[in-house]
Amino acid sequence: MMRFLLPLVIFIVLAGFLFVGLGLNPREVPSPLIDKPAPAFTLPQLHSDNKQFSTADMKGKVWLLNVWASWCVSCREEHPVLMALSQQNIVPIYGLDYKDKPEDGKMWLARGGDPYVLSVMDREGRIGIDYGVYGVPETYVIDKQGVIRYKQIGPVNQQNLSEKILPLVAELQKQ
Amino acid sequence: MKKILILLFCLLPTFSFAGEAQDMAENPELEKRMIVLAEKLRCLVCQNESLASSHAELAEDLRREVRELMQKGMSNDEIVDYLVSRYGDFVLYDPPMKSYTMLLWFGPFALLLVAGLGLFFQLRQRRETVPEANLTPEAHQRAATLLNEEDKS
Repeated sequence: MMRFLLPLVIFIVLAGFLFVGLGLNPREVPSPLIDKPAPAFTLPQLHSDNKQFSTADMKGKVWLLNVWASWCVSCREEHPVLMALSQQNIVPIYGLDYKDKPEDGKMWLARGGDPYVLSVMDREGRIGIDYGVYGVPETYVIDKQGVIRYKQIGPVNQQNLSEKILPLVAELQKQ
Repeated sequence: MKKILILLFCLLPTFSFAGEAQDMAENPELEKRMIVLAEKLRCLVCQNESLASSHAELAEDLRREVRELMQKGMSNDEIVDYLVSRYGDFVLYDPPMKSYTMLLWFGPFALLLVAGLGLFFQLRQRRETVPEANLTPEAHQRAATLLNEEDKS
């Protein structure tokens, strides 16, 4: 009995591990920035580049920083979700236009709608490096103390919005 | 006097070159150092390529970043820390030994030990369970003659 049972158990355990592995997304690398202060930046705004936006302006507010670009294909997928979210006025969304030409970025927002309070330009991708951006779109939930509490890698969709982002935002806003 | 002047003029191009030549000698060294370091780092976009060999745009940006940090005089360890603090341990091809990587580092040895012990006990048990053959004297005789025949042939 034992000589059949043992290989079977080993097989089932191994198959279990492999099955779980199949469901994991290897592109989702856990960010070391979670629960760390969001890297500070001051960047020119996309729509009025003589004006600056600084992370320091956001102290005391819960906000979302969404990294996007006109060249980013998955951003098209999340764009309607962000548009709907911005209309609900739950949490302000700020955009980081990552490695984009300002004209292209403006055109993309003019065409599809602008869910952002404002967007800033990171033309060389340096702020992106500070935030550990490696696959646009990425979205950061930042709390009132300016600490990153959550990072969504890849598009925001109804599921991760209602399961993770919005409950977290509600909790952070109460604090 | 004329000869000295001619000689000086001949030497002139070497002077004008000196500045550039030095620059070029300085950069390849930095470039080499950058490549050596970048080979130990993983590109996050195309995860099976190193930062040195990847053509992804992010890899290019990160190489630029590494180059600049080197120019600022940061050591390799400091640059690695800089990248790990942004992208996590995942950028390292060589995972560091930490509490949550213990299984990764020692798991294979633990498995080997378990398998070895299993094999050891299995073999010992088998030696005990295989019965000593009980032979009648005649059978013993026959076996001996058969074995002897084998030896002779």
